[in-house]
Amino acid sequence: MIIGEYKTDYGQDEGIWNTWAKKLGFVVALLLLLLIPFIGNDYQLLMAGQIAIFVIAVVGLNVLVGYTGLMSLGHGAFFALGAYTTVALHQFFPHLFPLITLIISMVVAGFFGFLFGLPSLRVKGLYLAVATLSANFIVLFFIRQDWLEHLTGGRGGIETPNAYFFGTELITNQQKYFLIVPIAIVMFLFAQNLFRSRFGRALIAIRDNDHSAEILGISLFNYKLKSFVISAAYCGAAGTLWAYFFPAILPEDFGLNMSITLLICLVAGGMGRSLGPIFGTILILMVPELLKMGAFYFSEGNASAQIYFSPIRDIVFGLMIIGFLIFEPMGLVSIWDRFWRFINRWPFAK
Amino acid sequence: MLSVQEASLSFGGIHALSELTFEAKQGEITAIIGPNGAGKTSLFNIISGFYKPQAGRVFFQDQDITHARPDKRAALGIARTFQNIALFRGMTVLENIKLGSHSRLKSGLFDSGIYYGAARREEIALRNELERDVIDFLELDHIRNLHVATLPYGLQKRVELARALALQPKVLLLDEPVAGMNREETEDIARFILDIQERWNTTILLVEHDMSMVMDISDQVIVLNFGKQIASGTPKDVQNNPAVIEAYLGTSAKGAA
Repeated sequence: MIIGEYKTDYGQDEGIWNTWAKKLGFVVALLLLLLIPFIGNDYQLLMAGQIAIFVIAVVGLNVLVGYTGLMSLGHGAFFALGAYTTVALHQFFPHLFPLITLIISMVVAGFFGFLFGLPSLRVKGLYLAVATLSANFIVLFFIRQDWLEHLTGGRGGIETPNAYFFGTELITNQQKYFLIVPIAIVMFLFAQNLFRSRFGRALIAIRDNDHSAEILGISLFNYKLKSFVISAAYCGAAGTLWAYFFPAILPEDFGLNMSITLLICLVAGGMGRSLGPIFGTILILMVPELLKMGAFYFSEGNASAQIYFSPIRDIVFGLMIIGFLIFEPMGLVSIWDRFWRFINRWPFAK
Repeated sequence: MLSVQEASLSFGGIHALSELTFEAKQGEITAIIGPNGAGKTSLFNIISGFYKPQAGRVFFQDQDITHARPDKRAALGIARTFQNIALFRGMTVLENIKLGSHSRLKSGLFDSGIYYGAARREEIALRNELERDVIDFLELDHIRNLHVATLPYGLQKRVELARALALQPKVLLLDEPVAGMNREETEDIARFILDIQERWNTTILLVEHDMSMVMDISDQVIVLNFGKQIASGTPKDVQNNPAVIEAYLGTSAKGAA
């Protein structure tokens, strides 16, 4: 039972962790994140790193799609820009400090976000989705060009550098985990803070009612473009960490497929909710792995049976997404909300 | 304070406003009345910036704002409410009201994202001020954390007024603030409007069909018909003006005494 108001000033009321349960939850989550690298094996850390990277990108997409209400199918391209900027930078400065690479990638991705965000001033909804779709093709087109091959590796992909942190090369997944997860936490909190103060409120206002937003002094031009830039910069940051995390990248890693995966993570988790990207990404990235394990278990290690199981895996995954959209259209966050509502009221009501 | 000079606005062949001129005086309540389609809301739209008049100018404190974007006008201190409630339905009452003060606040992207420091100080100062000047003033304290969509119509209208007030406006445009309200709610809103005028010396422009309220609270009444001004003056003058009676009630048919 978590009831009663014990706040004595408005500062407490404005806080994110305004109940002890939330505060405790955050501390427990941090402790768990600190524990994972010591108890997880290499495969589990691979998944954890991948999830953390995706969370950054989906949090960024959430700024645009969830909070500002602008559709985008082109965020895979900004991811690619981040990753390739990192690779290119390290060809000139092999031992560049990872945070500097991160910031440069964010600036590059943000700049392209600005360019591809320009149509949002004119068009909305599906039309904007189609306009942003072009980002995938244009960016990948240039990455595949032969005359850029020395920087990007062209069609064949390219090996990626490892990050050097004060002279130490981060090689194992455990070492990389300690680079990726703190950045993910900081970027998540930044976005969370954004939406409880002036800037983020303006974005939500644009989503809910753009006419009213304008009449209250919110420049649509300004805020829509900034929203695009922020979300693209988040994807750029995710791209940089991706390049550090995996041994090599291919242009195909970042196509339309990735743009859609990011969007699915967001929808499954809950759009316009701060925890949505985390839940959604964990679900969408973990379920195929669990299905893989399930298939392995049921086929009893029989290789030919596994071949038959793999298409079934995709079908089950697809059905699950459809099921989600039907039964939890507001995403996993609504289950979370129901859980807390129950805890808050227990034992007085269900 | 706020003046419109020879403003004309037409949509195709329909003249919503033709060469309309009037001035709202500092600290006064100016009511704009007229039959449906007389151009009242069009007038509000050219003042708040959604439409640009094809001819004529709009001045605010001797500054020509005819071509300023709506968000710039808000920053100058022009706030409005809408005839059909235009609140942010997904947000709570408090969030809606906070958005009203957007143009007065300063924290940008990085302040907001980092939060601790400038943005937090600003938020808490804002909260103190809004609680005192808006939420308490308009008697909204019991619903401040409810979602707007769950509120009854009358309260939603009041929240919209609160949101406009959070801008600390110099000019407040109220588009039918009591439409669809019962007597008691109407009296509440009329009281709030008079309180706003008295407390902040705000210039108020009011479009309203409730004649008893208009005649009770306004200092000046402007009557529009077919986009033209047919009368203006104190409520008493206007009530006895033959042109106004004709516009509202029609002329008596010849022979039918």
